[in-house]
Amino acid sequence: MATSRKQERSIPLAYAERYREFAPALPGADLPWLKNLRQEAIARFSALGLPSPRVEAWKYTNLSTLAKQPFVPVDDADIAVSPADVAALLPPEDGPSYRMVFVNGRLRPELSAVGELPPNVRICGLAQALTDEPAQLEPHLGRVAALNGHALVALNTAFMEDGCLIQVPRDEALEAPIHLIFLGRPGATPPAYHPRIVVIAELGSRVTLIESHVGAGQGVYWSNPVTEIRAEPGAVVGHYKFQDEGPGAYHIARTDVALAAGSRYESFVMAVGAGLSRNEIRVALGGEGADCRLFGGYMMRGRQHVDNTTRIDHLVPGCTSRETYKGVLDNRSRGVFQGQIVVHKGAQKSDGRQLSRTLLLSREAEIDTKPELEIYADDVTCSHGAAVGELDDDQLFYLRTRGIDEAAARGLLIEGFMGELADEIGFARVRDRMLATVSAWLSERREEAA
Amino acid sequence: MLEIKNLRVVVDDKEILKGLDLTVPAGEVHAIMGPNGSGKSTLSYVLAGRDGYEVRDGGVTYLGKDLLAIMPEQRAREGVFLAFQYPVEIPGVGSATFLKTAVNAVRKHRGEKEFDALEFLKLVRAKREALGISEEMMRRPLNVGFSGGEKKRNEILQMSLLEPRLAILDETDSGLDIDALKVVADGVNALRREDRAIVVITHYQRWLDYIVPDSVHVLSEGRVVRSGGKELALELEQNGYGGIGLQAGAAV
Repeated sequence: MATSRKQERSIPLAYAERYREFAPALPGADLPWLKNLRQEAIARFSALGLPSPRVEAWKYTNLSTLAKQPFVPVDDADIAVSPADVAALLPPEDGPSYRMVFVNGRLRPELSAVGELPPNVRICGLAQALTDEPAQLEPHLGRVAALNGHALVALNTAFMEDGCLIQVPRDEALEAPIHLIFLGRPGATPPAYHPRIVVIAELGSRVTLIESHVGAGQGVYWSNPVTEIRAEPGAVVGHYKFQDEGPGAYHIARTDVALAAGSRYESFVMAVGAGLSRNEIRVALGGEGADCRLFGGYMMRGRQHVDNTTRIDHLVPGCTSRETYKGVLDNRSRGVFQGQIVVHKGAQKSDGRQLSRTLLLSREAEIDTKPELEIYADDVTCSHGAAVGELDDDQLFYLRTRGIDEAAARGLLIEGFMGELADEIGFARVRDRMLATVSAWLSERREEAA
Repeated sequence: MLEIKNLRVVVDDKEILKGLDLTVPAGEVHAIMGPNGSGKSTLSYVLAGRDGYEVRDGGVTYLGKDLLAIMPEQRAREGVFLAFQYPVEIPGVGSATFLKTAVNAVRKHRGEKEFDALEFLKLVRAKREALGISEEMMRRPLNVGFSGGEKKRNEILQMSLLEPRLAILDETDSGLDIDALKVVADGVNALRREDRAIVVITHYQRWLDYIVPDSVHVLSEGRVVRSGGKELALELEQNGYGGIGLQAGAAV
C-alpha cells in the first residue's frame, strides 16, 4: 500500500538511481561534512522521488517527460566555447559587472571576468571554494535551502558540481552587479547540471545579483539551480534573473531567501525560454521590518510551459511583501502561477499584496493560477488578485482608427501590458533589458507570423 | 467628399440606421443632431470601421472610393478621423509613443518622411500648447487618469497631428466645461480647411455657437429627417425635437 502510494506521488528518475556511480567525481568528495550532506540529500530524494502531479505543489507541472530523458552528469572538458559564443546569446552589457560564466553548470575562468574586488568581498566558484577554503562554505551551504520536503533541492544538494559563493561584508555596498551567466550546451547525450549559488549579505551591506540562463542549439538539457540567500539586518539584495534557455531545455529553479530585521530583497524573473520551466521562490521574513518584492514576467509560445511558484512567510510582526507576476501566453503554451502567503501567529501588522495577470493570445493557451493566503494573525493587511484576459477589442479598434495596423496595435498593447512591470524594477539596467526582451519576443513573433 | 446613400445598418439583430442619406462636400462643416438612440454614434462607428455593424443596404463613398470595403487602419491612413465620444484608456502605452506610432504610420502611407523623436517632439509641443495640454500629460499612459476634458483635448490633438481629410467629432463637447469648450472649439476651427470636411455630432446647439456649421441635419430613427442651415439648430434649441414634429427620445 505504502509503495503504491509512493509510486503515484513520484516519478522514477533513472539518472538519480545512478548516484553512487557519479558521486566519486563530484567536488569535495573527500570532505566528510559534505559527504554526509550529499548522502543525506540523496536519501531524502530517494524517499521523496521526483514529484508527480499528485503532489499538490506540482499539480500543474508534470515532470514525466523530463524523467524519460537519458540525462548524464556533465563532463564538459571537451566542449569548446569561445567568448563570442557567449556574447552571441546575450544582449551587450551596458555597464561594469563581476562576471562569471558557467558552461553546463561548470565555471569557465577563461570566459569569466571577476576582476578586482573590494577587501573582504568574496565572489568565487563553488568547486574552487570546496578545494581552497571549504571551512568558509561549511557554515552556509544548505542552511537557507534546507532539504526537508523538496525533492529537487535534495537532488541539487546531492549532485551540485559547481556554482558560486558570494559574501559581502558588513556595510559594504557593492556598486557593480554580479552577473552569473549559465550557458547550456547540449551534446550527444543530454546533460543535467545542478548549480548552487550561496549569497551572504552581511549587516547593512548591499549587493545586486543578475542571473542569465541561456542555451545554445535545439538539444535537450536540464538545469536545476538552487540559490540560497541570507540577508542580515539592514542588508539590501537585488536579484534579477533572465531565463532564456534553449527550446529543448528543462529549467527547474529554486531560490530560498532568509531576511533578517530591516533587510530588503527585490527579485525579478523574466522567463521567455525553455520547453518546460519552473521558478520557485521561498522567502522567510524573519526579522521585524523586513521587506520583500517579487516580480516576474513571462512570454511563452508554441508548447512552452512556465511555472512560477512562490511562498512568502511572514514570521514576525511588521514585515512587508509585494508580489506581481504578469505574462503573455500564445499558441498552445501553458502558464502556472501559485502564490502562497502565510502570516504566522503573532506576525501582526503584516502587509502583503499579491497580483497575477495573464494575457492569453490564443484560444489554446492556458493558465492555472492558485493564490493562497493563510493568515494566523488578526491585525494584518493582505490582498491578492488574479486576472486572465484577452487583448481588449475597444483598445485595438481605437489604435487602428489612428492608422496603426492590427499586428502593430496588438504589439503595442502587449508591450504596454508587460511594460507596466518594468516600472517596478529598481535597477535601471535590468529594466532596460526587460523591455528589450519584450520587444525581441514580439519581433520574433511577427517574423514567425509573416 | 463623403456620400452616404440609403445606408441600412443592423447591430445585434436590430436595425439602427434605416436608409440614411447624407452628403458632405469638402471645405464644409456639417452638424448632426438628434435624440438619443437616433443612430448618431452608430453612424460614426460605421464610418470608422468598427466590428459588429452589419451593412444591409446602401453604401458610403469617400473621395470616390467604397469606404466600407477597407480596414479601419486603412481608412485612417486615407484621411478619415473619428474623435471618440468616450476615448479608450490604454494602460502601459505612453501617450507620446502612441502619437508617434500613429503619425508615422499615416505619414508612411502618404509617402511622407517619418519623424524622428526630436522632430516629433517639436511638432507636438506647438500643437499641444494651443490646446492647453501639458507635457506631463504626454508622459502618462494614453488617456489613463485623464479627466473628461483632457481626453477630448487629446482627441483634437490627434486630429491636428494626423491631418485628416474627413473628421467626425462624436459629442466632443460632452464633458467639457465652458472654458474648455472654447479652447477645444478654437482647436477645431483652426483645422477648418478648403480640402477638409468636418462632421460634428452633438446634442447641444451651444457647441454650434463655437463651431458654426454650414449645414445642420436632424437624425431620427436612423434617417436624416430634416436638413437646413445653422438656423435649424437654433430652431431645435427653442422648440425641441417635438417642435419639428419628432418625439424626443422616441427611437430609444
